[in-house]
Amino acid sequence: MRVVKADEIKEAVKKLVMDTEYFIPEDFIEAIKKAEKTEESPIGKEILNTILKNAEVAAQEQVAYCQDTGYPVFFVEIGQDVHIEGNIKDAINEGVREATKEGYLRASLAYDPIIERKNTGDNTPALIYFDIVPGNKIKIMFAAKGGGSENTSRQMMLKPADGWEGVKNFIIKTVANAGPNACPPFTVGVGIGGTFDYSAVLAKKSLFRHIGERHPDPRIAKLEEELIEEINKLGVGPLGFGGSTTAVDVKIEIAPVHIASLPVAVNIQCHAARHREIEI
Amino acid sequence: MSDVKRITTPLTDEMIETLKAGDRVLISGYVYTARDAAHKRMLEEYEKTGKLPFDIKGQVIYYVGPTPPKPGQVIGSAGPTTASRMDKYTPKLHELGLKATIGKGWRSEPVKEALKKYKAVYFAAYGGTAALLSKHIKSVEMIAYEDLGPEAIRKLYFEDFPVIVANDIYGNDVFQQLEEKYRKIDLSKLPTYCI
Repeated sequence: MRVVKADEIKEAVKKLVMDTEYFIPEDFIEAIKKAEKTEESPIGKEILNTILKNAEVAAQEQVAYCQDTGYPVFFVEIGQDVHIEGNIKDAINEGVREATKEGYLRASLAYDPIIERKNTGDNTPALIYFDIVPGNKIKIMFAAKGGGSENTSRQMMLKPADGWEGVKNFIIKTVANAGPNACPPFTVGVGIGGTFDYSAVLAKKSLFRHIGERHPDPRIAKLEEELIEEINKLGVGPLGFGGSTTAVDVKIEIAPVHIASLPVAVNIQCHAARHREIEI
Repeated sequence: MSDVKRITTPLTDEMIETLKAGDRVLISGYVYTARDAAHKRMLEEYEKTGKLPFDIKGQVIYYVGPTPPKPGQVIGSAGPTTASRMDKYTPKLHELGLKATIGKGWRSEPVKEALKKYKAVYFAAYGGTAALLSKHIKSVEMIAYEDLGPEAIRKLYFEDFPVIVANDIYGNDVFQQLEEKYRKIDLSKLPTYCI
């Protein structure tokens, strides 16, 4: 049994959160550079270039890439041979709290959705999904999920008879409706199957996959490629000012499903593609 | 896209008349920040007292909730937030003399109508490029609702803050125009059952 102290988790989370807010993942930067070469619209090209500059300045000056420093979402996989000394939830929240204060991040959470909507002041409580896995390590995946793109995400309970055509149309319509509001170029996370709620979790988790990394099942990989092509025909373009780069990637995750159901969830990720993972 | 126009706030009807959707504009002068919570409170107070926390005539509202400044910074990262969340409040503010708003994304039909009726424009700034945009903000002053934290109303001084006219007084919409130009798919053929 390996012992990990909660304080070690707190420190790791604090650094993880700050790094995520300042440094956009290299695979996303590469995808934008590639898109800049193929983008048809002159203003689209200019915007992609501005996005690259923004990433450069944020990293150099270690300031938030976007003022919306997001809803802190964690996927934590705990090895079953790990003993955590202390409270892991408190440790994660304390890490977020300290990162918010010391990293000059915006407090973007409210205590309640419809009564007072008073700001919690420190970006806690974080949303944490736990999983138990074999081994003696702790994997912490963190996403800073901005409100603008999250607001345009959708879930739908389709009928099994709707099949892939129905799923595809729903995804394309969701991306078209997200349009300029959700700060394209997007990474489109898709969860198909599971239950109503689980489809959305799958969609969110899919966003951690590397840009260009296809689903291991070649049949699903083919559907991802089909969607990337269709979505980039929408014309939305960088930040909605028209063009051929609306999404740099589409990620599909699937799960077993009830014989009566076809849940599909689309989680839109803006160009502030802030996600990062560490292992303790 | 035309050449860059430079304007200084406050804005007049004559300046607004020269602005067309797609124009690139560099804004200098004072603007006010307000987003969801500030709009709600501002208009609730207006209902009760007939007053707004600042004189809105000729002014510009920037939809932003900045990050706190690091030592040595005037303001933290400060890019635009989604404008359509303020659509419920915007026509009334234009009626009261607001000349422009700055945000990202589409506006609703009632807002577009209000732009025509009260001679005002909606500017779009580049969403998510907050680290760059903050460099065009030279001073910050707290004006009202400090308890709202990032959502408080602040008075900012802009120097050549880059925007594009998204909706003008002539009914033009830059997003619609450019999206249609590059669209290679017939959206009307997609079934409407889902959204």
